Amino acid sequence: MPVNEQNVFAPWEDPKAKPLIKFENVTKRFGDFVAIDDLTLDIYAEEFFALLGPSGCGKTTMMRMLAGFENTSSGKISIDGVDVGGVPPNKRAVNMMFQSYALFPHLTVYENIAFGLKRSKMPKDEIAARVDEMLRLTRLEKLARRKPHQVSGGQRQRIALARSLAKAPKLLLLDEPLGALDKKLRQDTQFELMDIQEKTGTTFVIVTHDQEEAMTVASRIAVMDEGRIVQIETPARIYETPNSVYVADFIGDVNIIEGNVSPQDGGVHHIDWAEGQSPIIAHADPSIANGTRGFFAIRPEKVAISAERPADRANAFQGKVLDIAYLGNVSTYHVALPTGNIVKAQATNSRRLSRRDITWEDTVWLSWTDTAGIILTQ
Amino acid sequence: MRRFSWFNATSLTLGFAFLYLPMLILIIYSFNESRLVTVWAGFSTKWYGELFQNEAFLDAAWVTVKVAFWSSTFATVLGTMAAYVLVRGGRFLGRTLFSGMIYAPLVMPEVITGLSLLLLFIAIGMDRGVMTIVLAHTTFSMCYVSVVVSSRLASFDRSVEEAALDLGCSPFDAFRLVTLPIIAPAVISGWLLAFTLSLDDLVIASFTSGPSSTTLPIRIFSAVRLGVTPEINALSTIMIGIVTVGVVTASLVSKRTMTHRAADERKAEQNDKL
Ligand SMILES: Nc1ncnc2c1ncn2[C@@H]1O[C@H](COP(=O)(O)OP(=O)(O)OP(=O)(O)O)[C@@H](O)[C@H]1O
Ligand SMILES: [Mg+2]
Repeated sequence: MPVNEQNVFAPWEDPKAKPLIKFENVTKRFGDFVAIDDLTLDIYAEEFFALLGPSGCGKTTMMRMLAGFENTSSGKISIDGVDVGGVPPNKRAVNMMFQSYALFPHLTVYENIAFGLKRSKMPKDEIAARVDEMLRLTRLEKLARRKPHQVSGGQRQRIALARSLAKAPKLLLLDEPLGALDKKLRQDTQFELMDIQEKTGTTFVIVTHDQEEAMTVASRIAVMDEGRIVQIETPARIYETPNSVYVADFIGDVNIIEGNVSPQDGGVHHIDWAEGQSPIIAHADPSIANGTRGFFAIRPEKVAISAERPADRANAFQGKVLDIAYLGNVSTYHVALPTGNIVKAQATNSRRLSRRDITWEDTVWLSWTDTAGIILTQ
Repeated sequence: MRRFSWFNATSLTLGFAFLYLPMLILIIYSFNESRLVTVWAGFSTKWYGELFQNEAFLDAAWVTVKVAFWSSTFATVLGTMAAYVLVRGGRFLGRTLFSGMIYAPLVMPEVITGLSLLLLFIAIGMDRGVMTIVLAHTTFSMCYVSVVVSSRLASFDRSVEEAALDLGCSPFDAFRLVTLPIIAPAVISGWLLAFTLSLDDLVIASFTSGPSSTTLPIRIFSAVRLGVTPEINALSTIMIGIVTVGVVTASLVSKRTMTHRAADERKAEQNDKL
């Protein structure tokens, strides 16, 4: 069912859909430094929108502009069709979870979570019920009477999360909400967040450094670099069809082989990547002009590794195993080709370790089909 | 551990003697039976009794406390506001000039501050009295409050205030409900500092006081010119006592808060997996 729903929910493909958040040519400068560079972006209601990018690329700055803590240097941001330029943070139906948590040190955990509710003229008993619900959700019941400095880092993060969730805002901005949690709790909280979102219809914008997290929760992912958005796509598409080497490299593991592209019949392209080696054969749509310098990108799990040359694969190259990284469920083989290129191939460990047939220094065949990888031109 | 050498012991003794011997002598002589300050004639507390009979000293003490209370209160309000604007106001026109001018009284000779205030009061035709001393003390102690409060403001994360705004507070509510409680210790110590400064100010008070508003330092100073009396020793001993109790309490309180906090944090780390 959820899979099906995911396919249906795609307002960004519907030209009639009205975005909840609209960035129009937004630029933000700090002095001479351009933190956000001419950014145009639509985020739709009920999306779970993930911002991914290296440190300092402007993720927090984008959030702060949405929450109202920074003005734009130029361009326009609108929420729900209303230009929010000049609207102070306390007048926006937006809540933010701060990267630094920003808990109130003089208030208890309970009072921290109740703080926003008390500002909203909610009846006392409803506030109590809501805070209890939040405490339960973030598993902080036992700590309700403590002050923030009396709890651990991960617990502080949960308090910040609970506090921002408490008001059930229309738009919730989460700046690295789960970074300090251990893996198990993080996964639980991710599902909690998705659950909350399904129940309340809140729109989430989430910053994360953890691409697995982005893949799990997000409806769409925006990959940023130095104040620009490089690509916005659904998790599956951003993984399978990145638009540039930067994105391919940022999301997941990838092999990149550079070469000259020449189109053949039926969408097939040859990539001449090394003297004396047969070209890499790959499909590309639309076609790429003859002689273009291109980058062939293929994920390690799409590269098969075998002792014998497979008969039916479009691409097969021989190499020598340099290194094996054993990760339990999978192993990654680093294979050196005669040209010096190192290609990573990943294989599922369906057999026990002791019976593995490929080891260091073995000569092996790497192979993949003509649709396994893609050709990138930037 | 390093041995406590003779050299260290000697310098410590000398240093402390230099600092505290004069006060010690003053305290001892305040319990002197004899009226002659420098001749020891046995233990007595009679000068303390006489001190509390002395109308002039009691009046002056009352004026001093009133002045110190009001001036430190005004200085705390104004100094906190100035600190807030300087630390949180961002870049505004004349910010550097403003911050320079706030801190100028720290280094301004008191004689000049006093004289200029005197000229001002004369110019606007203000009768000198308690009111003028309060104004003068507010002026010079406000910058001390501002220094203390702004260092506290600068050291806490701005996003805490932003979180309050984000959760629906108006800027004033954010200040009242979040900023003020957090900087309260600094505000209180700023008030105490201003109070102490006002309590023992002689120079500025003598410029700005009127005939009916003599403060204790002025009274002591003029009395001493006619000769040191055991009463003054007794009075000074009481003042030393008050200041000592105040300082010790303040440092004990802040030390206790700090050790409690450290212990809490240690406990929290152990409870990490709760
Ligand atoms: N107030 C400011 N003044 C000057 N420069 C700033 C300011 N705030 C942010 N910057 C700069 O803008 C850039 C983007 O900062 P931002 O905080 O948005 O990064 P980020 O993507 O959130 O990084 P991280 O993942 O480390 O949190 C950084 O280079 C930062 O130094
Ligand atoms: Mg950030």
